[in-house]
Amino acid sequence: MSDLIILLTGGLVAASCSLLGSFLVLRRMAMVGDAISHAVLPGIAAAFLASGSRDPIVVLPGAALMGVLAVFCIQWLRQSGVQEDAATGVVFTALFAAGVLMVSLFARHIDLDLEHVLYGEIVFVPYDELHLFGKWLGPRALWFVGATFALNAAVVAIFYKQFKLCSFDPLLAASLGVPVTFFHYLLMALVSLTTVAAFDSVGAVLVVGMLVLPPATAYLLTDSLARMIGLGMAIGVADAAIGYGVSVALDASTAGCMVTVAGVALALAFLFSPKHGILMRPKIKRA
Amino acid sequence: MPLSDVWSDPNVRWVLLGCMLLGLSGGVIGSFTYIRRQSLTGDVLAHAALPGVCLAYMAIGAKSVWAFVVGAALAGWAAVLCVGLLVRRSRLKADTALAAALSVFFAFGVVLLTFIQRGEGGNVSGLDAFLFGQAATMTAGDVRAMATLSAVVLAAGVLFFKEFKLTGFDPEFARSIGFSAGRIDALLMSLVVVTVVAGIQAVGVVLMSAFLIAPAVAARCWTERFGRMVALAGVFGAVSGWAGGYAGTFSHQLPTGALAVLAASALFVLSLLFSPRCGLLARAVRRFVQRRMTRAEFRRAAVGVKKP
Amino acid sequence: MTTTESGTVAPGDVAAETEPEASPLVVRDLTAAYRGEPVLRCVNLALPEGRLIGLIGPNGAGKSTLLKAVLGLVPVLSGEVLVFGMPYRKRRRLVGYVPQRESVDWDFPTDALDVVVMGLYGRLGWFRRPGKKEREIAMECLEKVGMAAYADRQIGQLSGGQQQRVFLARALAQDARLYLMDEPFAGVDAATEKAIVGLLGELKSRGKTVVVVHHDLSTVRDYFDWVVLLNREVVAAGPTDEVFRPELLQRTYGGRLAVFRENGAPTRAEG
Repeated sequence: MSDLIILLTGGLVAASCSLLGSFLVLRRMAMVGDAISHAVLPGIAAAFLASGSRDPIVVLPGAALMGVLAVFCIQWLRQSGVQEDAATGVVFTALFAAGVLMVSLFARHIDLDLEHVLYGEIVFVPYDELHLFGKWLGPRALWFVGATFALNAAVVAIFYKQFKLCSFDPLLAASLGVPVTFFHYLLMALVSLTTVAAFDSVGAVLVVGMLVLPPATAYLLTDSLARMIGLGMAIGVADAAIGYGVSVALDASTAGCMVTVAGVALALAFLFSPKHGILMRPKIKRA
Repeated sequence: MPLSDVWSDPNVRWVLLGCMLLGLSGGVIGSFTYIRRQSLTGDVLAHAALPGVCLAYMAIGAKSVWAFVVGAALAGWAAVLCVGLLVRRSRLKADTALAAALSVFFAFGVVLLTFIQRGEGGNVSGLDAFLFGQAATMTAGDVRAMATLSAVVLAAGVLFFKEFKLTGFDPEFARSIGFSAGRIDALLMSLVVVTVVAGIQAVGVVLMSAFLIAPAVAARCWTERFGRMVALAGVFGAVSGWAGGYAGTFSHQLPTGALAVLAASALFVLSLLFSPRCGLLARAVRRFVQRRMTRAEFRRAAVGVKKP
Repeated sequence: MTTTESGTVAPGDVAAETEPEASPLVVRDLTAAYRGEPVLRCVNLALPEGRLIGLIGPNGAGKSTLLKAVLGLVPVLSGEVLVFGMPYRKRRRLVGYVPQRESVDWDFPTDALDVVVMGLYGRLGWFRRPGKKEREIAMECLEKVGMAAYADRQIGQLSGGQQQRVFLARALAQDARLYLMDEPFAGVDAATEKAIVGLLGELKSRGKTVVVVHHDLSTVRDYFDWVVLLNREVVAAGPTDEVFRPELLQRTYGGRLAVFRENGAPTRAEG
């Protein structure tokens, strides 16, 4: 039973991240996703300090806001003439440093193990249960990750046209009256929320990897956006499942194994993709 | 620790010197990567170092700074090669390749780390510091190693200054006059790897890249001349390193790396506010002047003054 | 600005020739910036309807910036823009935009038909999805530019000229009254050039107004019947015969121009 719960949690995180990550990859914002996952740390620490609990309900809004704030700062710096990469780097390292400082100074008050933050511990998820109004509702993390996935799926489904257009041709989108900035920040807010919801169970390592690796793998396998998103989610879930199996066999970090497997999947696609794999190209030419 | 005591304690002097040199080399090398728009490579290299360090530990069975350095360098190099391969031979763009390499290498490192920890039955001393840095726990040997590496990087940066400047600005022209852009790229990447590796122990994996970015960006705001920018970046880096190291002497609980990064970020924010080139103040003044000029032109046009 | 016989406009005289309500594009005292630097100064224009209008000027003259300022894509420091008598925001449906090819990522996983369908998104509003009807319209537009056979081809696999034609098909799909095109002829092959010219002719015969940022002076007389000479401010605007003259061109290009005369009239000019 606990295996199933772990697989479900990991799978939902992977699906959420891959869904949003497809747009990040296409808009060349993969490193911004990395930045967000680091930038939320001070938000989590501050929320913890303010409220005394690490419960996601409390932490979620504050930390998610931190992620959006980080993106806002990066954008503002870019408009001021700072190069894209440098702007991203300065913002997230400063925020992460602030987070590390807070955690170190107030270590007594913040029960935040920094290593747990980095790679979480999903194996504890089945045992961390949610009790609401006196009723037992099952594992807490699973609820949060599930709700996040539902939110992500709903928003992307409703605004699919807009996300697609803003990613492909923001100039045309703006001229058609689509509020490009709004959708940009909407995407970033969703990424922040997903990062924070996943942090607790699987840590920062998994989030960044899952945001980028499965969509990148799917990008090498298909020429249609809809298929890329669907395939990305499927690959992400598969990576999570296989990764869990590997981690049980090796008795090593679950999140680490999941992302490593995701990396292997990308490598395989890079080499063997029917349309774009580098080892397949000579075959295509001959045909 | 009050400043007067700092000068009298040789250990503290060494640590501060080491941190200063680290910041200095970070600022200098960071300027070279900044002009090539490769600022985040340092971040990737820092994360990639983790599996290298773990493998070195597993190979040797004990903590050895020089072994870690070699392991981290090899892993860093592998990461850079992967990124280059992905970008050149597939439709993946640079940012995707960077994020992919960063997360896979780091994840693999985490797997190795937990593998080691479970094997040893608990926390392995020395390895944890590599994640978040703790300059105060460094031994004299560690500090000397860090200082030496930084000095070497600095010397190389000075020696090859014009090559880095030329290939950063216009690689095709450089090639046309005989400079091999590929080999100089490789040299620069090596220097970044060494800088990162030198600093990881003091500053930690995630934060090391800050030294390669913030001082250079801050310096860019103050001058148009590349040579001056490099020197200024070095100064900013050195000051930040010193500030972090000094603050760390007050308490073992204070994380040196985080403080140094915050110092560098603060310098950057100050530059962004007050520098003549890109400072907010300066730009607000310029906009005000521009608006007045435009209004004057309107008045002239309405009156019907003929334009030449 | 020069004042010649008919069709040209002088500052302060914007409403005289063409009434603002009917004019597809009226620009009053526009000052706009590109990357923080003011590029356009006190630009005044009133364009006539149903013409093929060439926007001519040297590099850095602000031609692209003018288009972007009309569309609200760059900040306007002062002045106003009216499209068919109203601010652009209220007239989006009437304007079709063909941007420069570099502004798009051609590795995006989408095919030619899909790109054209995206031009219809403005009509669909926030929540409706494109369906069969939209795809049919898109297919018709692809046929008009001769790209129907490439409908399901991923756009990165198309040549530069083919990509340009897909962009044009997208603009056609918008079925606008005013078209703004940014260097559509840049770097295209002969077949594409012919297709674009044919398309422009058809648009004009349907009463559309087309403003084209153009760089090749030797083809201006063949393609456009109205011209705007721009170098940060409007040097002259009017019918091609009246305005596309050596003296005015010299003023626009600041003397960096060689004009070739044949039988006393300039037939070719190079900038």
